[in-house]
Amino acid sequence: MLTVVLAPFAAALLAPLIVSRLRDRAALVLALVPASLFAWAMANLGEAFPGRIEATPWVPGLSVSLSFNLDGLSALFTLLITGIGTLVVLYAGGYLAGHVMLGRFFAILFAFMGAMLGVVLSDNMIALFVFWELTSLASYLLVGFEAAKPHARRSALQALLITGTGGLALLAGMILLAEAGGSWELSDLALAKSWLQASPLYGPALVLVLVGCFTKSAQWPFHSWLPGAMAAPTPVSAYLHSATMVKAGVYLLARLEPALGGTDVWLVSLGLVGGITMLMGAVFALLETDLKLVLAWTTVAALGTLVFLLAPSFEPSVKAAMAFLLVHALYKGALFMTAGNLDHEAGTRDLTRLRGLARAMPLTFAAAAMAAFSMAGLPASLGWVAKELIGLAKASDEIGLTLTAATAANAAGFAVACIAGLRPYLGQASEAAAEAHEAPWTMLAGPLLLGALGLVFGMAPQLAADLLIAPAAAAVLGTKPALEITLFKGFDWKFLLTLATFAAGAAIYLAWVRFGAEARARSAPVLERGPDRGYDHLLAGLAAFASWLTRLMQPGLLHRYVAATFAVVGLVVIAGAFRGPFALAPLGDGGKLIEWVVIVLTAAAALATALATTRLLAVTALGMVGLGVAMIFMLWSAPDLAITQFMVETLIVVILALILIRLPGFRITSEADRPGPGTIMIAAGAGVLVAVLMLGVLAEPFDPRLAEWFGANAVPGGLGRNVVNVILVDFRALDTLGEITVVVAAALGGIAAMMRFGRRRADAGGREDR
Amino acid sequence: MSSLILRAATRALAPLLLMLSLFLLWRGHNEPGGGFIGGLVAASAAALQGIAFGPAAARRMLWLPPVGVAATGLALAVLSILPSALAGLPPMKALWAKLDLGDGAVVPLGTPLLFDIGVFLVVVGSVVALISALEHAPE
Repeated sequence: MLTVVLAPFAAALLAPLIVSRLRDRAALVLALVPASLFAWAMANLGEAFPGRIEATPWVPGLSVSLSFNLDGLSALFTLLITGIGTLVVLYAGGYLAGHVMLGRFFAILFAFMGAMLGVVLSDNMIALFVFWELTSLASYLLVGFEAAKPHARRSALQALLITGTGGLALLAGMILLAEAGGSWELSDLALAKSWLQASPLYGPALVLVLVGCFTKSAQWPFHSWLPGAMAAPTPVSAYLHSATMVKAGVYLLARLEPALGGTDVWLVSLGLVGGITMLMGAVFALLETDLKLVLAWTTVAALGTLVFLLAPSFEPSVKAAMAFLLVHALYKGALFMTAGNLDHEAGTRDLTRLRGLARAMPLTFAAAAMAAFSMAGLPASLGWVAKELIGLAKASDEIGLTLTAATAANAAGFAVACIAGLRPYLGQASEAAAEAHEAPWTMLAGPLLLGALGLVFGMAPQLAADLLIAPAAAAVLGTKPALEITLFKGFDWKFLLTLATFAAGAAIYLAWVRFGAEARARSAPVLERGPDRGYDHLLAGLAAFASWLTRLMQPGLLHRYVAATFAVVGLVVIAGAFRGPFALAPLGDGGKLIEWVVIVLTAAAALATALATTRLLAVTALGMVGLGVAMIFMLWSAPDLAITQFMVETLIVVILALILIRLPGFRITSEADRPGPGTIMIAAGAGVLVAVLMLGVLAEPFDPRLAEWFGANAVPGGLGRNVVNVILVDFRALDTLGEITVVVAAALGGIAAMMRFGRRRADAGGREDR
Repeated sequence: MSSLILRAATRALAPLLLMLSLFLLWRGHNEPGGGFIGGLVAASAAALQGIAFGPAAARRMLWLPPVGVAATGLALAVLSILPSALAGLPPMKALWAKLDLGDGAVVPLGTPLLFDIGVFLVVVGSVVALISALEHAPE
């Protein structure tokens, strides 16, 4: 299964090359990748219950493995991702034919495909999270694909920020789940259900995971990015923002239902958020005239419906959710593609200007009509089956409110199906229709096939039920449910309700035709104050806060940085000293005369540094302090250290002197340059602290094992008698390599800073010498 | 910044310092010294040259541009990993070859020496690059 997940990534790497070689035929070749993965998934459908887990170690030390689980739920999603993926690749080849960036487009699209497969197949939560974030990144790049448009850039960033923030919440939630459940594997967590739900971590973990899922699946109040994501090219909208990526949140909810579901918190939060999203999406869909935005809002509504159905963890509603997930992916993918055809061939997506296109685009019309059929839930379509199941689920939980809400959403769906699937093609041909002609076959294959599938499954519902819906529901429920679907259950009150729904939908459609323009005009000011505007305010506020904090923390004055650094170090050391027993070593006996001489000289140099009246004097005195320390190294028989210290001090004095002669204000005269009482306090404190620290360290028993090992091994192991150097170039050569890399980087940084300084000075002086 | 005494002293001192730096580099494996210290000594020779005769003279002491010297050093240090990697040993495992000069004088040459030369060049190049950049900064 690792191969399956990695295959699209390989295709992503090759895509630009293939596109540059084959130009317009590239899509046909590239479509073979998802097609063969689709075949693989079909061949493995038989094993989908109870599921098959394969693991490849990834970071064994952190118990992260690339473990993949193919069960009914992941099989359903894999089929959707690869199947619709094949059609979308074909479609994109036609839609973006001749586009300059086609290679890049396919590369990102395939990277997304691989990431999405990773999300639905991963059993390990860390691996799932990595793939999850990759889908967000791919979505960002695809929404912002038309990077020249400011609107596309803003939408891309919004999608990334919202889903990315949700992703971080999800990561935190997953960590808590692993803590509470004792495993990073989702399949283990499902077994630890009672344990998990009794844990005090259950509440916070659930909230965080839900935030992650709700942001990804565009639930209220995080939904505003999804309509914005319509800035992406239409194939992307069909694939990412209706059929697959936005369902990742729903997928994870379904996947975690066995572990986390069944509690009141789960029921209320999913039911409430899903219900609000469902109704809001339905209403807003009717207030748009851009065909893609209409479809985007109905996608929001559909995602709300799915979350709503997953709220009660009992059999009928899970089955209904799985059926609706399948049918929605089919009809919404098809409708987005037909919308793309209209945009591509008639040059507009404005519903008020698209009329009577059936004659010019008969096949597109056929596809749209089939999809609309399913969306409206008319008999003999899969939509009808899903709606029956939803009705069953809602009827059996005996709450009038949910039934009403679901009915209202259904009616709105019926109306939108008429608006998006039928209206543009019927009636008097508009201006746009006169110019239009039929799309190429690559752009028809997808919508026709998806539309037809909805009808085929509608005629033979048992096929869909046994193949896809029942195994998926089984993965969520943990037991294999019986799923008997009959097309017609006879005249009872539910059938009457269905009829009423159709009637209500038709009424809404007629109202939309009559009063749509007026309703749009009236609602516009209200819609402006939605979460989308809130996002703008939030972003502006964040930027303002960041600049305030930066001004506070980064004044650009070196002496403040140094003071802050030493003060913090001092506080940390003091805090550490109070934590445990802290002994000081005794101050040994007198010491040799030469040692005292060095100490007195060093102390005098330090005092001279503090009292110096010119900067050059201060630098030189500071160098003297360093030389004094080097002398101490000499006395304590560390010649290598001593020589290094001597050289470094000398060079530092030279370099500082070179800097100082370029600076104005050679003398330290002004009050601002004199160290104030605060500075003196910090400096004295730091000195005392270091002294105390050294004495504290000396009080600890010295562990000579390392020193002894190096001493014993330097000659036989490193062929050198200078232990220090053998450590540097042999035993710990990797550390040295890191250090010299830093040296080079620091030199480059210094040069760059100097050049910038030089340029600034030159600009200020208006001179041209460089 | 320059005086006659400084220039005269530098003429004698800079070559001596350079020789000392190579000596320190060479013997560093068995006596106090090594690539780092040698590099610092060579850099101070270049600094002296720079102060006495100007930055161009300091750069003339190195054959390449100073940043190039530092980069070469880094490349040498990385290259010294290769032999052990090619031999299938753990990375950075030192490999030695005995060079027999006759008369019983045997000089061990190994990848650590190559690595040390790399360190030497990095230090020289970086310090000289910094100093000459400073010399170039406008007044």
